[in-house]
Amino acid sequence: MSNGETAAHGEHGAPGDAHGAHAEPASFSFDEASEAQIATILKRYPAGKQASAVIPLLYVVQKQMGRQTGSTWVPRVGMDAVAERLGMAPIRVYEVATFYFMFNTKPVGRYHLQVCGTTPCWLRGSDEVLRACKDAGKLKGYGDTSEDELFTLSEVECMGACVNAPMIAVDDDYYEDLDYDRTVRLIESLRRGVRPPPGSTTGRQTSAPEGGPLVLTEIPHYDVAAAPAAGKAEE
Amino acid sequence: MAKVTVDGIEVEVPNGSSVIQACEAAGKEIPRFCYHERLSVAGNCRMCLVEVEKVPKPVSSCSYPVADGMVVKTDSPMARNGRRGVMEFLLINHPLDCPICDQGGECDLQDEAVAYGADHSRYMEEKRAVKEKHWGPLVKTVMTRCIQCTRCIRFATEIAGVPELGATNRGENMEVGTYVEKALTTELSGNLIDLCPVGALTSRPYAFVTRPWELRKTDSVDVLDAVGASIRVDARGPEILRVLPRTNEAVNEEWLADRSRFAPVDAQKRRRLDRPWVKRDGALKQAEWVDAFKAIADRLKGVSGERIGAVAGDLVDAESVVALKDLMTALGSANLDCRQDGAAINPVRREFYTFNTTIAGIEEADALLIIGSNPRLEAPVLNARIRKRSLLGKFPIGVIGEKADLTYGYTHLGDGPGAIGNLGDFAEVLSKAERPMLILGRGALARPDGAAILGATWRLAESSGMLEEGWNGFNLLHRFGGQVGALDLGFVPGAGPGGGKDLADMLDGGVDVLWLLGADEFDVSRIPAGTFVIYQGHHGDRAAARADVILPGATYLEKDATYVNTEGRVQRGRLAVHPPGEAREDWRIIRAASELLGHKLSYDDLAGVRRRLAAVNPVFGTVATLARRGWADTAAPGNGGALDDTPFAPTPANYWQVGTIGRASPTMAECAATYLPAAAPSLAAE
Repeated sequence: MSNGETAAHGEHGAPGDAHGAHAEPASFSFDEASEAQIATILKRYPAGKQASAVIPLLYVVQKQMGRQTGSTWVPRVGMDAVAERLGMAPIRVYEVATFYFMFNTKPVGRYHLQVCGTTPCWLRGSDEVLRACKDAGKLKGYGDTSEDELFTLSEVECMGACVNAPMIAVDDDYYEDLDYDRTVRLIESLRRGVRPPPGSTTGRQTSAPEGGPLVLTEIPHYDVAAAPAAGKAEE
Repeated sequence: MAKVTVDGIEVEVPNGSSVIQACEAAGKEIPRFCYHERLSVAGNCRMCLVEVEKVPKPVSSCSYPVADGMVVKTDSPMARNGRRGVMEFLLINHPLDCPICDQGGECDLQDEAVAYGADHSRYMEEKRAVKEKHWGPLVKTVMTRCIQCTRCIRFATEIAGVPELGATNRGENMEVGTYVEKALTTELSGNLIDLCPVGALTSRPYAFVTRPWELRKTDSVDVLDAVGASIRVDARGPEILRVLPRTNEAVNEEWLADRSRFAPVDAQKRRRLDRPWVKRDGALKQAEWVDAFKAIADRLKGVSGERIGAVAGDLVDAESVVALKDLMTALGSANLDCRQDGAAINPVRREFYTFNTTIAGIEEADALLIIGSNPRLEAPVLNARIRKRSLLGKFPIGVIGEKADLTYGYTHLGDGPGAIGNLGDFAEVLSKAERPMLILGRGALARPDGAAILGATWRLAESSGMLEEGWNGFNLLHRFGGQVGALDLGFVPGAGPGGGKDLADMLDGGVDVLWLLGADEFDVSRIPAGTFVIYQGHHGDRAAARADVILPGATYLEKDATYVNTEGRVQRGRLAVHPPGEAREDWRIIRAASELLGHKLSYDDLAGVRRRLAAVNPVFGTVATLARRGWADTAAPGNGGALDDTPFAPTPANYWQVGTIGRASPTMAECAATYLPAAAPSLAAE
């Protein structure tokens, strides 16, 4: 039994399935742009504490993979490169990379659709947004990558944009105030290779009320004489 | 010191102790899964909850420091309910496969579930299942059973020094493993099996073999490396089923190297010599004991003593060595040798060939020089002790010889003996150190200039302050558990005019009759064709094929015998199972032969041999303990000619298939095939 297992297991690369063109690369080396970022990042940490830079460096790997292959993910060889650069045991990097789901340890599509399903978004109709993503992106569900390798669908927890719920994050960009139709339009636009400007899709000014600000619309007159004196403020 | 009251018992523990240590000092046993005395504190299993007065919630006692005046309750409703809750959570994902689990009967989780488990589960949802992992030929994994205590991760990282295990993913999906599937590259992997509190890591060779309560347990001592680890041999009927370490703080703490743990189990039944054989008409034929002795007596008739020689092997016990030496002396022969590797060991004084600092003494040293040795492969448990000391810091290590991964950092000072006299900056490191030590590998002496290397190393020890009253930093690291005992008994060529021949001379036609006591580690093909070879041993290995008479002996687990480890610590092994078939304890074979050869030995029971041992060398009078050795008399072991700057030969990378027992073990063969795929020698036909 054990002999067979030895033979069968020894050949494996990283866990996870190789996905079409986005297969596990045979090697990874930092390109020029990444090296420049790494030099900046490493300066933040005192000598001998370079291992603290593991998370920023994993982002560097992920971004570089995005630039080079169109899929922002961290292959195992990329984790090894980080381990070597920081003088860590590779397993310590694997632990970090697999713990945080911001690191994709499997290849993703060109656009990573991260749908927020946490309570405020859900109350405001995130189910419709999800349905739109599935329909327009031709995705079966969370974790799926479309056949054209353009979209990967993920469920995320609160991204802190509840005020304009529901929202999705496409890679690093937030798109807020979505409904079914606007989500479909967003995805169709992405499919054409056009990233719409991030933020509210209804034209809302940042997090102001719909239709424009209702308060602080003018600068009020400030009466200096009526203001409490500095020393009496606490009484 | 802090005064702590545990369940009404007042104890004093050092400041900085944890509550669990205070509880242990008070004799209260606290259930635990993740906490282990020799590993860092993780505090993640939460099983060790206790109540501390004035603390509103139960606290995990392993990670909670004591304070003066603290009142701890280990058995209060709060503590018990806390533990019950933890147990319920642990059992949510733990499979109920105890009936087919090898840990059954010695499982911490099983035991604690009896005390803190509920009679039924409230959990109706789906249980978690984890994909099987492959960690090599020794450790079997059933990771669905894992309760994520992370003991194995901490052992691999901290003790073994191979950070290959980790916890990947998070939450319910957290898995303990290597992420990239690979066999663990440590010689201490068997200890993971002992550490695992559940059945997630079990012994692969021992899988589905037996239940612990069916085993007969015998305390004994290991000889497959020179550490002489304390072991417990578990046997059922005539079969040895497993070997486990016993705690011995002075020697192995509670670890055991893989060869010592796995090799003797399946080697016990393979390639054994279980009856005497005598060569007749050019072929070995099965024989009775009396025929074998007669064949020896016939051949010895008329042969003068100086044409007879004897060689002792690496795994021999002191009793058989002294018996063979007495027999040879009675036959008029001084041709004795126990140094099959030809190591230029100077047996004149014990300090020249033992690990004088002692293994526990490594922790007191503050600088180390390793010469011509790879302790990781030669004595993995001792290497773990060096690593332990190294992790405490302020322990510069220099290495002369092979540049190997020793699991700790070191400065490489050179490849050959030339570096001994030219240490560069490291000379200053040694002279500044208060308790410097050096480890000289036995392999470094097994070369033509071995005597010169020994002399130069001793002088280096002397000049760098390693030889002082109360501290002896000169250490020779042997490779097997029988080597020091034979040296202690003076199983070396006799001195004086026309003295005895050493192994090289014996192989150059110096003798007509050669008695090999478990000696397989030299080139057997060098024995001249006309030499009559008597092989006494337990495995049909290299030398047995060349023998004219084979006397079947017992392995170290099959006899009550005395061994001396590399420190010079005299230890007693005990009979765990009887030798197979006609095989007998070795000293009894020699005693029986002596009678037929007309030179009856003066002792005929074990107590008699042991009295004889103590008479030959008083060190055999003290068992298990070892006096601390300082050194005032720094007379060197001789100059021995010029140094040759050929690099030291690296220790063979095949750690597993070493010695007759290692070579006979299929498990060890599988290890070699896994870890050394290029150079895996296949098992010879049985």
